[in-house]
Amino acid sequence: MLKIDGVTRRFGEVTALDGVSLEIGQGEFFALLGPSGCGKTTLLRIIAGFETPDSGTVTLDGEDLLGKQPNRRPISLMFQSYALFPHMTVAKNIAYGLEREKLSRQEIKQRVGEVLETVGLTAHAGRKPQHLSGGQRQRVALARSIVKRPRLLLLDEPLSALDKKVRADMQLELKRLQNEVGITFVVVTHDQEEAMSLADRIAVFDHGVVRQVDEPVTLYERPHTRFVADFVGANNLFEGALAAEDTLATEDFGALRGRPLRALRTGSKALLGVRPERVRLGAAAATGGGLKGSVLDVSFYGGISHISVSVPGRLKPVLVAVQGASEVKPGAEVTLDWRTDDAVIIPVDQ
Amino acid sequence: MKVSIEARPVSPSRGRRLGAFVFLAPGLTYLIVLLLVPLALVLSYTVFQRGRFGGVVYEFTGENFARLFDPLYLSVLGTSLKIAGLATLIALLLGYPTAYLIAQLPRKWKTIALVAIVLPFWTNFIIRAYAWIILLSGPGLVNSGLQALGLEPVELLYNEGAVVTGLLYSYLPLMVLPLYAAIEKLDPQLREASANLGASAFTTFRKVTLPLTVPGVMTGCLFVFVPSFGNFVIPEILGGGKTAMVGNLIRTEFLKARDWPFGSTLALALIAVLLVLLLAQAWVARRA
Repeated sequence: MLKIDGVTRRFGEVTALDGVSLEIGQGEFFALLGPSGCGKTTLLRIIAGFETPDSGTVTLDGEDLLGKQPNRRPISLMFQSYALFPHMTVAKNIAYGLEREKLSRQEIKQRVGEVLETVGLTAHAGRKPQHLSGGQRQRVALARSIVKRPRLLLLDEPLSALDKKVRADMQLELKRLQNEVGITFVVVTHDQEEAMSLADRIAVFDHGVVRQVDEPVTLYERPHTRFVADFVGANNLFEGALAAEDTLATEDFGALRGRPLRALRTGSKALLGVRPERVRLGAAAATGGGLKGSVLDVSFYGGISHISVSVPGRLKPVLVAVQGASEVKPGAEVTLDWRTDDAVIIPVDQ
Repeated sequence: MKVSIEARPVSPSRGRRLGAFVFLAPGLTYLIVLLLVPLALVLSYTVFQRGRFGGVVYEFTGENFARLFDPLYLSVLGTSLKIAGLATLIALLLGYPTAYLIAQLPRKWKTIALVAIVLPFWTNFIIRAYAWIILLSGPGLVNSGLQALGLEPVELLYNEGAVVTGLLYSYLPLMVLPLYAAIEKLDPQLREASANLGASAFTTFRKVTLPLTVPGVMTGCLFVFVPSFGNFVIPEILGGGKTAMVGNLIRTEFLKARDWPFGSTLALALIAVLLVLLLAQAWVARRA
């Protein structure tokens, strides 16, 4: 549906986007994920028409977008700041886009009423944005974007201005809404949890380059590069070289076992990644392999606990996640290991 | 007398009130002695009779107010409204695009542009008014230019047009600065949101930018209208004394006709008109 091909954008010395190509399908909930300054917002602004790429093409259903003025694109953008018109009521804000289409008063009124109901703000139609809470403003912005029935809805950090509890509600709301209206959503976010919980597919950006495009689970379990392995979710990474098909030889920790993502030559440099929830914690006396270390800190989060274990030879402690409260106390000597299938061996990017 | 300060702790609100009073005192003194007292004097003169050689005879009369409605004086008031209104309107039409463009400039150029706007204020007001004579007079620069193009010279000086030009030139910066402040404050994403929702650049201006800068427009108009309406220097120099505005009339009543009470009454009329405008502006600004 939306096809981005070789898009490059430079600001002076800085390359915000470097040959980015993406294809987003009809009805998909797609996330552009990356740290701030990685170029994801620039891409969003190019799609909306507020930036022009130095090279590359963007097409929507085969139709060139770049030649069109922003106000002629069938695309809605929900701004991070929401950009609600402060001098207009909620209903006027939502009607604004429909009035520009020269629809009849009757139809505008009806559609505004419908969308207000969808986002649950019927009672607030006559209020000005400054008299609404953050969550309500967000819903007005959303309503204003979808009421035009755009082919594509872009959302720039849609939930970042909300506090944690409201954010969780709005996440569900966004998903429900997307199912309901069937519009293609492209959301920009720096929050990997948000991206994973919302999106069907995620493109991970780093320094203006797309590092990996995959479904959330694949992205989490099979990261292609060091950046993705590190950025998406918590991870424990070990450097070394491939010794055998399922063994990474490391300098400080001996042989560690895991499954390579793809066939690698023996001896080539690689990275072993194992997720905190996959690490098994054992008493120090236990015999057999595994890493030995001492518990630094235990944090209890309710459903799970995070235990950081200092392992000699590693700068960063190894993070272990266990269900519920943990019995281990800081200072305890422990061993760590994992099943071969629970660790991945990632080729090192050059 | 010995005053113990520590003995009774002053409540914080009382302490703050005292502090506020100390800071307000110089300003308040200034306002009371130099503004309110003279104003009260002017007000009181309006109900007394004139002295033979100026000054006031303290005998009550309502005649000054009756004279105000003499068609002669009403027409002067009307002319003043027209000239000041015209200068304000043109200043708005010229000032808005200027302020808008400055607000879009990169930061460094913004400062340079703003300094350029304020620069004329560094030269004396009267000198700048005289400079316009050189430009507009019969053999002046504008007419020489016209003649060089083979056109007939035009009567540019000593008429209402020259007064409007002079006022416009003098007070245009006072229009640009509040407009700039209002436009600059506007979130640029509001314009982008408008475009994203399908509005053309003109519609965005009409529906978003302009309504949100109305308070700035009101302030700018007030800043230009108020000094224009009561001005007597520009009409004197560029109007050649032919175009009388309220300010000229007041000056004449005080200094030449030596009719202080009627001069005061005219001054009061001027203040009343401006007060009504100020209240209207405050009302609009509160609603926006």
